[in-house]
Amino acid sequence: MSQVIYKLGDDISTDIIYPGRYMATVLPTETPQFAFADIKELNEKLNTKQVPHGSIIVGGKNFGCGSSREQAVSALKGYEIIIIACNFARIFFQNSINLGLQTITCPEIEANEGDELDIKGGEVVNKTSGKIFRIEPMPKARQAIIEASGLIAYTRKRVMEKASMR
Amino acid sequence: MGMTVVEKILARASSLSSLKAGDIVEPKVDLAMSHENAALVINQFLEIYQGTGLEPKIWNPSKVSIIFDHRVPAESPKTASNQKKIRGFVAANKIKKFHDIRGDVGGICHQVLPENGYIKPGFVVVGTDSHTTSHGALGAFAFGIGATEMASVWALGCVLNVEVPATIKVNVTGKFKKFVGPKDLILHLIGKLTAEGANFKVIEFHGPTIKKMSTSGRLAICNMSVEAGATSGIVPADNETVRYLREEAGIKGKIHRVVPDNDAVFERIVDIDVSNLEPQIACPHTVDNVKSIKEVKGTKINQIVIGSCTNGRLDDLEIAAKIIKGKKVAQGVRMLIFPASARIYNQALARGFIGEFMKAGAVVMNSGCGPCLGIHEGALGDGEVALSTTNRNFKGRMGNPKSEVYLCSPAVAAASAMKGVITDPTKIKL
Ligand code: SF4
Repeated sequence: MSQVIYKLGDDISTDIIYPGRYMATVLPTETPQFAFADIKELNEKLNTKQVPHGSIIVGGKNFGCGSSREQAVSALKGYEIIIIACNFARIFFQNSINLGLQTITCPEIEANEGDELDIKGGEVVNKTSGKIFRIEPMPKARQAIIEASGLIAYTRKRVMEKASMR
Repeated sequence: MGMTVVEKILARASSLSSLKAGDIVEPKVDLAMSHENAALVINQFLEIYQGTGLEPKIWNPSKVSIIFDHRVPAESPKTASNQKKIRGFVAANKIKKFHDIRGDVGGICHQVLPENGYIKPGFVVVGTDSHTTSHGALGAFAFGIGATEMASVWALGCVLNVEVPATIKVNVTGKFKKFVGPKDLILHLIGKLTAEGANFKVIEFHGPTIKKMSTSGRLAICNMSVEAGATSGIVPADNETVRYLREEAGIKGKIHRVVPDNDAVFERIVDIDVSNLEPQIACPHTVDNVKSIKEVKGTKINQIVIGSCTNGRLDDLEIAAKIIKGKKVAQGVRMLIFPASARIYNQALARGFIGEFMKAGAVVMNSGCGPCLGIHEGALGDGEVALSTTNRNFKGRMGNPKSEVYLCSPAVAAASAMKGVITDPTKIKL
């Protein structure tokens, strides 16, 4: 069971998740400090308070729209949080699969800050409100990358296969 | 069953005779572009090879392009050091399609690629930039990817596990009114589709209005297709594409046109008649918050920006120069001009546009992304309002979450610069 630490609205852009002015910072070890830099309360929560791994941020529609900057994903991955949203913008979604950030597409999700959620068997159970929400299954194409624990490992395997074929 | 343009391109690139939306393929890449974020791509690329005992090797350096544009000249020691590291990598890996910070061949990636003939119809193009969709203007399937995915492309030469996107056909008819054009069309379409309306889909543009549109205009509409969430925008190659590639991009060899089958399957067809279209404005803080200029005219502006990969090309500068010629930028307004590439800058100089801008009081900056993404120059003060020909108005986009950005065409931007408030260019006397 995990707690919702923050609730966001629709169209949360990568400019909000990771403002452009920090784009020169690229290392996944350094990006997390700038996650949601312009939403002070959330940034402070992530940076100063102990947010346990597996904590949840809830978003609305079109989460992660905008730029392809991967820092928006590595910054969140640094806290091992889970993002549940009605749906995700394509590049952000693919980047999160590639880096292993857990994103859950849950079209009807209703949850508020502080709610306790249980994610299991294709459903999100909101223990606080008692409501149950269906999870949209991950497309097959992406499952393979998740199972390989990310695109680096997945590509590494392919590179080695290629080399051994020569 | 017939195929759309993108289905045909992906079939060819995946060595398949046919495929359909939803299939999973591994297309070979014809061009892989990065900008300053190549710094991160290099890290990820080297990591792929860690522990393998293999030498990191780019699959085909002639298909890799790196363009410095986002922060040029470097705004910080950190950026300068990243750029230095990339230069070293470029030299070591013999990447020829590299454009450094230069006043002859530099510029924004989405202009530098087409004008140098790096893009051809039928290509699969990937870029570590969401506006890679621009290159669909030349009949290529071009889409944005993240840095790790690019590292994977550098290693393997293909994109792994791509789901063939469904296509929305947009059919455009009618003749634009004076001072209304491609930017107004795409803003109108985004307002109609919404910011997520084309998520995971391709927008294929058709119709007599598109046939007549210049490649510059097509670049603008494909560029902003991603603002409706689209994986890519695409204009099937036609005579204008071939003209552009021959005359402006210097391509000599054979050009293959890829066109959709007559019985191609589209997910949806959208018809737009532009005959009565008014100038369109995207209001803060989402690109799909689109209004007709009537509803927002008179809004006070502090800064006007003309430029970017959306509207920083020669015809954009020409229209702005025509409007501003002999007039003055209103007191209290800053007008910043960023040509999309050094080549365009030089052409604008030769045509006298740059001189007109400066005489009017505008500041003409070097070509590059400039204030478009709020990292570099042209930041806004608290509570200030910008009117810009760029493509995004998200909160904080121009560097200050306490400011507002409105998006418009070059004609609206130039007319508004003179008045200091949002002004309808169709209503002014020249
Ligand atoms: S001009 Fe703006 S939108 Fe275009 S590539 Fe640069 S930052 Fe991106």
